[in-house]
Amino acid sequence: MRSIVLTKGVPDFSEGAVSFDEDGHLERGKTPTVMNPNDEVALQAALQTTVRHGGHVSGMSMGPPGYGEVLQEAMASVYTDDSYLLSDRELAASDTWATAITLSAGLETYQEEVADIDLVFAGFKTADGETGQTGPQTCWAMEWPIVTHVIALDIDPDERTLRAKRLVEGDIDEVETVEAPLPCFVVTDPEFEPTYRTASHRLTHKRLRAETEERAANHDAHLTTWDHADLNLDPDYIGLDGSPTIVSSVDPIPKAPSEREATMIDPDEDDMGDVLEEMHPFAAGAGD
Amino acid sequence: MTDDHEHYEAVVVGCGPGGAAAAARLADHGVETLVLERGPEAGSKNVSGGLVYAEESAPYTLDDLFDGFREAATERPVTDYYIHNVAGNSVKTYDLTDLHEHDTDWCDSVLRRDMDSWLETRVHEKTSATGGGVLTNVRVNGLLRDHGEIVGVTCDELEPIEADLIVAADGVNSELARDAGLMDWAEPEEWFQGVKAVVDMAPDAIDDRFDIGPEEGAAHLFSGDLFEDVRGGGFLYTNADSLSIGTVFHLDSLVEQSAEPHELLDALLTHPLLAGWFKNEYHEREYAAKLVPDSKKVAHRRPYRDRLVLVGDAAGQMQAQGPIIKGMNHAVTAGALAADAFAITRGTADPAAAGRRYTTLLEDSGTMAKLRPRRYDLARTVGERDTVTNAVERVLASPIGSLAVGNPIADRLLQRAYNSPFLVSMLPDTKTGYISLPTLIAEEHGKTIHWESDIEPPTLEERIGDLTYDTDVGNPHIELRDESAAASGAAVTACPVSARDFGGGCYRSEAVTTNGTEETLVSLDTQPCVECGTCAIVADTEWEHPRGGKGVEYREG
Repeated sequence: MRSIVLTKGVPDFSEGAVSFDEDGHLERGKTPTVMNPNDEVALQAALQTTVRHGGHVSGMSMGPPGYGEVLQEAMASVYTDDSYLLSDRELAASDTWATAITLSAGLETYQEEVADIDLVFAGFKTADGETGQTGPQTCWAMEWPIVTHVIALDIDPDERTLRAKRLVEGDIDEVETVEAPLPCFVVTDPEFEPTYRTASHRLTHKRLRAETEERAANHDAHLTTWDHADLNLDPDYIGLDGSPTIVSSVDPIPKAPSEREATMIDPDEDDMGDVLEEMHPFAAGAGD
Repeated sequence: MTDDHEHYEAVVVGCGPGGAAAAARLADHGVETLVLERGPEAGSKNVSGGLVYAEESAPYTLDDLFDGFREAATERPVTDYYIHNVAGNSVKTYDLTDLHEHDTDWCDSVLRRDMDSWLETRVHEKTSATGGGVLTNVRVNGLLRDHGEIVGVTCDELEPIEADLIVAADGVNSELARDAGLMDWAEPEEWFQGVKAVVDMAPDAIDDRFDIGPEEGAAHLFSGDLFEDVRGGGFLYTNADSLSIGTVFHLDSLVEQSAEPHELLDALLTHPLLAGWFKNEYHEREYAAKLVPDSKKVAHRRPYRDRLVLVGDAAGQMQAQGPIIKGMNHAVTAGALAADAFAITRGTADPAAAGRRYTTLLEDSGTMAKLRPRRYDLARTVGERDTVTNAVERVLASPIGSLAVGNPIADRLLQRAYNSPFLVSMLPDTKTGYISLPTLIAEEHGKTIHWESDIEPPTLEERIGDLTYDTDVGNPHIELRDESAAASGAAVTACPVSARDFGGGCYRSEAVTTNGTEETLVSLDTQPCVECGTCAIVADTEWEHPRGGKGVEYREG
């Protein structure tokens, strides 16, 4: 199986890493870029496929040259055999549409230059844009079938089909089983969990994990960068010029109202008595 | 063989020293070997007092099987060995170095997380080359049978696996040995229980306070009236930058005396003798507990059934040579011999050929004779008869006894007697050897310590709080079958993470009034469980290990 996993770099929104200015706008420069958390699930699905059926996984991303680190993270934290970065000044400020056009060009180029693709994996939504559109738009451009919200995956390499369980959210969660021909586009649900129920699969998984970690330490040797010329893209249809989306405004994240007041007290001093006195009515249930 | 199951030539269950030795040796023989370890890393489920021996007479030692073992995986070589006879604040110390060095090529202190995880890496390298490898977080829960014959193993996490050889190195609570009907959890008399604290101490402080060099180590044993009337003793071993301090008691004695293991450990930790080493600094890194089989009574003479062989604790191969306990070295020998036995008999149609050959190798190498010394079988018939014990006890308690033990010649003779491997192996399991004699020695020959200890060990609640757990919520691995105090009440005190009047432990006793009559019932919460297996023996339980990766995770071990 030849798999591509599409990944994206997003601001690290974790506590302590993310930085906002006084107006509540994200400070990109001060906030480190990390791999989109949902993409890990897509990588796990690709790794599971490789463990079970063998093959090759390539990580692919679009972004500035620094995004090589995101692809490196994908290689180190889960698994890829090599990395492809679609990077060019002309690609800057792409919306989901222009990104989809670029990614589909990346996939086409990959098929021409490297190998035929069986599966493309993408994570469910990115942590920054949260549109959930890029995956389906890329797939539409490829004219391949797409299966979204995948929580479990089985491939039949002989029949060249996949069978997937989809989590369909409604009033109650339903699980739907679908079949699709390869090549196919798979969007994993955050609920996806890889399963390895045989010793040989677990041994293979352990071996592949060790290999990919070693490879990631020397990531540049496994990284290919393609610009718009390599991708055979017209600058008028990519980047900001190729993006029909108009962002009307960005609302800063409102600060949480602070109504608490902290006073330091010495537990050994009389202060403690004052606290007890103040708390007393609440303890008795008489507070308002 | 059916096509439904994966097959490996050998499956080794457990990656402690016994499993590691078996797997490494199997790999040396070119046998395709799969090792299944239930912890998140080898060593995360393992505890030992802390000394690993390499005997001159042993066919295999850890450094034979694993190049660089001592440099990479052990703490300090033991160069000084003492036993302290304690009576109150009076202490008489004997140098036990002669006994310690008897048949000893080397002996190092170890911490099991570091040691076993190092072994795991080496074993994985070796076994990967055979088409196998080590898998962690996999709990083997039983034996796979075909028409009643053992053909493989079943697991919580994986499909059943068939194998031509199954090595049960799954420890003192071996579920495979029990499934095969080879071992049981019946009698407290057959077991010891140990608890241990790993305590911080800077390397130069260790060198200074124990009067040793940086490449040297000390072992100290403690016996006498420290532990009231509970039969057992204490130990202290120096690691690279910590001390392993613990106590080991006969389980039946713990139960009889309703003693709290953690309090007995505290009695040692707070003794003035140790205050001289602590210098009022005490930081406990980890509290741990382990059940220890008494090989004299339980080492299985024919530890196999069909393709299954038992090695190490799973086969009861833990030798108490007087005050010196040797387990890991025998597990290593047994594991390697089991592997050799399989290599010799490989291809034989008889599935039990390897097990039979393994038994012969245990005998021929002298291993079984160490584990089950014949002279002990002779001595125990005398030593454990109460009338004899009582008579000896009375003599020791009398002025004549004090005079006999107390004269200067006796002092020299006693030190020699303690250093005789022959004599110590005959010590009966009575209070005479553990308590009366050491107490008397200390009273008659001891020096009095005039300072007090200011050490305050953590409470049991704090100790449990400091341990790391990955609790399998909603899936307790132990079920209490009988909650009456008569059937299971002993666990409230004997369990090392439970105590009377402590609500945060595994076992609690509660007074319940039904229809006007009050009775005491026992309840169980497995969350703080350290998986030692004590309650499986002293209470009426359905006892299993937690699923792979779940439960307690030792950092030191």
